[in-house]
Amino acid sequence: MNLKADDRFKMVEKTIKKLNYDKSALIEALHTAQETFGYLSNDTLRFIAKRLKLPHSKVYGVATFYHFFRLKPNGKHTAVVCMGTACYIKGADKIIQQLEERFGIKAGETTKDGIISVLSARCVGACSLAPIVLYDEKPIGNLSLEQSIQKVEELIK
Amino acid sequence: MIESLEELLAHALKKKESEKNSHEELRVCIGSSCASLGADELKKGLKTKVKDENLDKQCSVKGVGCNGLCSAAIMVSHYDKEKELETIYGGVEQNDIDDLVGIIKDKSSLENKKCDMNEPFFTKQKKIVLENAGVIDPDDIDDYIAHGGYIALFTALEEMRPEDIINEVKVSGLRGRGGGGYPTGLKWETVAKVESNQKYIVCNGDEGDPGAFMDRAVMEADPHKIIEGMALCAYACGADKGYIYVRAEYPEAVKKLNKAIKQARNNGILGNQIANSGFNFDLEVRLGGGAFVCGEATALVTSIEGNRGQPRQKPPHLSNSGLWGEPTILNNVETFANIAPIIKNGGEWYSSMGTKNSTGTKVFALTGNIKNTGLVEVPMGITLRELIYDIGGGVTDDKPLKAIQTGGPSGGCIPEELLDIKVDYDSLKEVGSIMGSGGLIVMDENSNMLEVARFFMEFSKDESCGKCVPCRVGTTELTNLLDKFVKKEASKSDFQLLKDMCEVVKESSLCGLGQAAPNPVLSTIKYFENEYLEGIKDD
Ligand SMILES: Cc1cc2nc3c(=O)[nH]c(=O)nc-3n(C[C@H](O)[C@H](O)[C@H](O)COP(=O)(O)O)c2cc1C
Ligand code: FES
Repeated sequence: MNLKADDRFKMVEKTIKKLNYDKSALIEALHTAQETFGYLSNDTLRFIAKRLKLPHSKVYGVATFYHFFRLKPNGKHTAVVCMGTACYIKGADKIIQQLEERFGIKAGETTKDGIISVLSARCVGACSLAPIVLYDEKPIGNLSLEQSIQKVEELIK
Repeated sequence: MIESLEELLAHALKKKESEKNSHEELRVCIGSSCASLGADELKKGLKTKVKDENLDKQCSVKGVGCNGLCSAAIMVSHYDKEKELETIYGGVEQNDIDDLVGIIKDKSSLENKKCDMNEPFFTKQKKIVLENAGVIDPDDIDDYIAHGGYIALFTALEEMRPEDIINEVKVSGLRGRGGGGYPTGLKWETVAKVESNQKYIVCNGDEGDPGAFMDRAVMEADPHKIIEGMALCAYACGADKGYIYVRAEYPEAVKKLNKAIKQARNNGILGNQIANSGFNFDLEVRLGGGAFVCGEATALVTSIEGNRGQPRQKPPHLSNSGLWGEPTILNNVETFANIAPIIKNGGEWYSSMGTKNSTGTKVFALTGNIKNTGLVEVPMGITLRELIYDIGGGVTDDKPLKAIQTGGPSGGCIPEELLDIKVDYDSLKEVGSIMGSGGLIVMDENSNMLEVARFFMEFSKDESCGKCVPCRVGTTELTNLLDKFVKKEASKSDFQLLKDMCEVVKESSLCGLGQAAPNPVLSTIKYFENEYLEGIKDD
């Protein structure tokens, strides 16, 4: 595989260069990589390890420590249910439960056909609109249980 | 390049001059709640309409940070510069654009969406940290300068010695707003005294507490205020480099901060020889990765260095050995946002507000079963009752109040009977909770306190970095035990075990995460013991 040929690796390289190839650029590089590739594949992790002259185990260890990083691609669509306290008090756990039942997957998983991932977040910081679900990254708040599932149906249509 | 206080003031004047012909402003809130309801499109539509009607000279349309009353999103305010009169409209929708433009022409009033400015929600607040939120355009450094921004920094560089700044901060009585409440002036003094060629200033914008969004709002609404506070701190303590650590879940805050830093650099407010004074300071934003423990000071520093964010034993404290082993000051976003006003108005001015041991104001995020959800800034020492019932408008649907959760996962639940306590560091601690970062979650009679306690314990379990056994194993065991209570399958001895284990985890964990994890359990046992007893099955 010719990594250099992929322009997306150049984005990652740019971030690393901006921080002078310093080892502390690791997390920033992972962020850029996830943004451009959608997730962190093994190849991506290896690329970063090489450029920063870090052991692969270190890069892998950091990537798995932080909840924000994904080692697997998301589905075509995503429904991220906020599970922060404000949303929880207003019934976010029931929204998750319903979505899990509807798609037969657990929160954090993607349906087999790759159509949708049901995920949960730790508070997206718009607690006044609780409960909130991010449908394909667009936050929709003040949801009733019916609306929350209806929106997903609209999304995957 | 702005090189002196005189030039700064001239700069502000020029900005005001350029807006001379515009007598009015329409300010569209683009804070997180409003944005998610389409505030951006509304702003664009409004701009187009104002232009089409040839009113753009007379009235400017701008996006501003969080206005506070998020439950009334989308909020738009109309400001009459001559009369200095602001009228706020709530629940504004796309099809209100014509009426909004009508206001400029005195042709409509949009009366039904007008907020009553005499409501306690507006009158009982005192805005220092949020003074510019909802007023200035966070993308425009000139707007910040025109509203008195960077005067404190330039005055300090021209007229004050570093120790004078530290002294003002000490006199102000300001305590860290990130949760612990450590006196800010003392922290600064310690680092200022350390001899070192390299020192760092770090701003903690991780805001890991679920249910809290104060720091997010400040970063998005008024990023320059944080930069100014950090620069003052750097000057006072002899540092020349700073980092703002922001959680990656706040992309808008990251964007706003990066833009603000660039603008400050372009104007010579960050960089070398700021205000011709020999003072150098520059800043960078670093992203968090969604790990709650990274809000803890030693973990945060490790994370900036590019490692797994695991805390370490203190001492050594950051003041001696922080980022890359150098003396480091770490403060919360809101703490830094208080600095410029303190330097501008004096420490005495600040300490005259609030209570003796908790001076100034505090920003709270009111959420849960409460009518007016959103952000409020109030003087310390206000009672919980005033906060919930006057400012917050009371419980949704006028249901009975059951408890108020303060301080997030490290905090506790305060029952209805204690509504008349004062909101300050010491009073909250006395009743078994903490101020924390300022999340206030109101719960009505339908809330199950066992479930709430389990929710927080599960949170701490998931977020434990796993380095120390009491926290890693303890939070797991506590979650399992609480589960038994929720399912009403606990035995009598489980209750004793629960209490004992809370003490063990609290006493023996390595960092604040584990040490505080049992707090929600302990406080609910204290005030809602009945619910635990109901969770015990009869043998
Ligand atoms: C587990 C844990 C999480 C924390 N999270 C945050 C946070 O998100 N933001 C914050 O400002 N402080 C947080 N703190 C407190 C910081 O460690 C530190 O005390 C604070 O940022 C110091 O700033 P201050 O003196 O201005 O309050 C956390 C502490 C612990 C133990
Ligand atoms: S708890 Fe859901 S947005 Fe904060």
